Amino acid sequence: MPLLEIKNLHVEIDGKKILNGLDLTVKAGEVHAIMGPNGSGKSTLAYVLAGKADYEVTGGEVLFNGENVLEMDPDERAAKGVFLAFQYPIEIPGVATMTFLRTALNAQRKHRGEAELNTPEFMKRVREAAGKLSINQDMLRRAVNVGFSGGEKKRNEILQMALLEPRLAVLDETDSGLDIDALKIVADGVNRLRSPERSSIVITHYQRLLNYIVPDIVHVLSKGRIVKTGGKELALELEKSGYAQFQEAPVAAE
Amino acid sequence: MAEVTLIKNAAEQQLAAEWAAAKVRLPGAAPLREAAFERFAKAGLPNRRVEEWKYTDLRALMRDAKPLVARPGAEVFAKLKDAGAGLGDLDARRIVIADGYLAPGWSDQDAHDPGVTVTELFAWLSEQNLYRLGDLPEAARNDIAVSLNTAFMTGGVVIHVAKDACIERPIHLAHVFSGKPAAAAYPRSLIIMEPGARLMLIESFEGPDGVDYQVNTALQIFAGEGAHADHIKVTREGDKALHISSLLADVGAHARFNTFLFTTGGAVTRNQLFLRFGGEETIASIRGATLLRGKQHADTTMVVDHAAVGCQSREVFKSVLDQQSRGIFQGKIIVQPGAQKTDAKMGSHALMLSEDAEADNKPELEIYADDVQCGHGATAGDLDEDLLFYLRARGIPRAEAEALLIQAFVGEAIEGIEHAGLREALMEAVDAWLKARG
Repeated sequence: MPLLEIKNLHVEIDGKKILNGLDLTVKAGEVHAIMGPNGSGKSTLAYVLAGKADYEVTGGEVLFNGENVLEMDPDERAAKGVFLAFQYPIEIPGVATMTFLRTALNAQRKHRGEAELNTPEFMKRVREAAGKLSINQDMLRRAVNVGFSGGEKKRNEILQMALLEPRLAVLDETDSGLDIDALKIVADGVNRLRSPERSSIVITHYQRLLNYIVPDIVHVLSKGRIVKTGGKELALELEKSGYAQFQEAPVAAE
Repeated sequence: MAEVTLIKNAAEQQLAAEWAAAKVRLPGAAPLREAAFERFAKAGLPNRRVEEWKYTDLRALMRDAKPLVARPGAEVFAKLKDAGAGLGDLDARRIVIADGYLAPGWSDQDAHDPGVTVTELFAWLSEQNLYRLGDLPEAARNDIAVSLNTAFMTGGVVIHVAKDACIERPIHLAHVFSGKPAAAAYPRSLIIMEPGARLMLIESFEGPDGVDYQVNTALQIFAGEGAHADHIKVTREGDKALHISSLLADVGAHARFNTFLFTTGGAVTRNQLFLRFGGEETIASIRGATLLRGKQHADTTMVVDHAAVGCQSREVFKSVLDQQSRGIFQGKIIVQPGAQKTDAKMGSHALMLSEDAEADNKPELEIYADDVQCGHGATAGDLDEDLLFYLRARGIPRAEAEALLIQAFVGEAIEGIEHAGLREALMEAVDAWLKARG
């Protein structure tokens, strides 16, 4: 059974069709890259997988480990192992980063029937994960993402991912706004999680990130559906030729 | 214009009858009581036509006025062991006020803290110091709730802090309404701080659920030059109680004045603050957090009178309103002529957890000086769905995610409290409120 199976998915927001019959199958252990021009539906796909409320699924299904995730609340999906690294991680004033991490980790453990982590064990895990991502104690002491630079916010997303150890990580343009050093740190974080049980969907506009997170399969998304699928060499090809070949001719103004 | 005779409602008639019956036996300050009652008799209960009371129409809210509470007997005093408990490990000197009367058995009245004396109100009162009771900030002089407290005041304490005395142990005035039958209590206390004195005062109010008792309390604070006063009031009255409170403060030059109002209990709560900054360079922090549910109604109405040069005040009030509750904030900042370099900023923020909740916000600035910095901000809104989604996308269930955001919202006001133990106790009270929300 594949880890993720998306069949003929149709999604609208405010009556506007964004995904038009998207099919995607991700097996355990695979890293898929989804590339595509702006407005092709990449972020919509990420949000729909995580369960954001504004999106209306008008057709198709999404099975995660054989279960229909579209009927699950966002927190239930997360507890089952779906993780979205946000393109724009938001600031949560007044909620301490450590409180947030601990609440999230223990909520997921509770959902899975595991015991809560005690404080020393939790602190140990955070310190280890943070160290690998060059996240210092000062950042951990602040409120979630408050006063973080763009790069720090992205690293904080990867920290959460490292602690929560999801089965499926969806990275929504995690490379945007990162310099090359930060990009390497983030990519290392993602690669550390690679295992035969875990999968990732790396959504990106550019090929650059894929030099560091080498995908097994690359898809091109255009107008809300996958229009081409290939190996990692497809990303390089796209870098040269651009996305124009996958877009229809511009519609004449009405 | 012809004199209009007010038709008295039931509560007003009962108050008049109580007055007629009680005035001969009420201890001390007879002329002051008489004059105060006359003000009430003329104006009637505050109602929506009185601008300061427009959102809390006492005439409509008070179906009846409860009889003046009897002086508690031994059986009441025997049950005060836990009065004011549940505020963390305060290490405070506790003074219990039961049904508006000082409870000697449970009060740490005679503890020896050099520099501070605690005296029962009417034991303290003399012809020489009677004027103190009438020495009110201007905006409070014609307030009818204050007048009723003066007319009926049952008892309380006078805390005197000597010049330059820094009192390490906070004093905790634990007010308790003891139980059935419903009655009305009118506690009145005074804090007199000589120049350079420092004191932290905690007031707590509590009583049984299911009894529609009434409390009308007043606290006068006189903070002399260079004094440092910290005041925290925790209102957790029973679920049917009517609670009216007036904080009357006169703050001298170069003083620090901090007050925090924490309200979770009571059917109807009215917190009035009348604060006068009469000396230069005073720094004041005036904050509060209110958490309401059911049909609770809580009103914070504040008049901050900047009457001297270079004072700074910061006002931050937060309310969390669930179900059909109603939260009101009226804040008026007055900058008197000549009170240049005044720096006053007021913010009032309501978090609405239900479609049926109501928040009323009325900030007012009255500025008669031209070199000042004054501002106010008011917001009312529900929980941010994007923040909730972010938390839930990490596996945090909705109720827990809401609780985190509510704690953060209220915490912003509470974190300003200097006393760590009390800060933690209030955050725990917020947690308890959230847990009861389910």
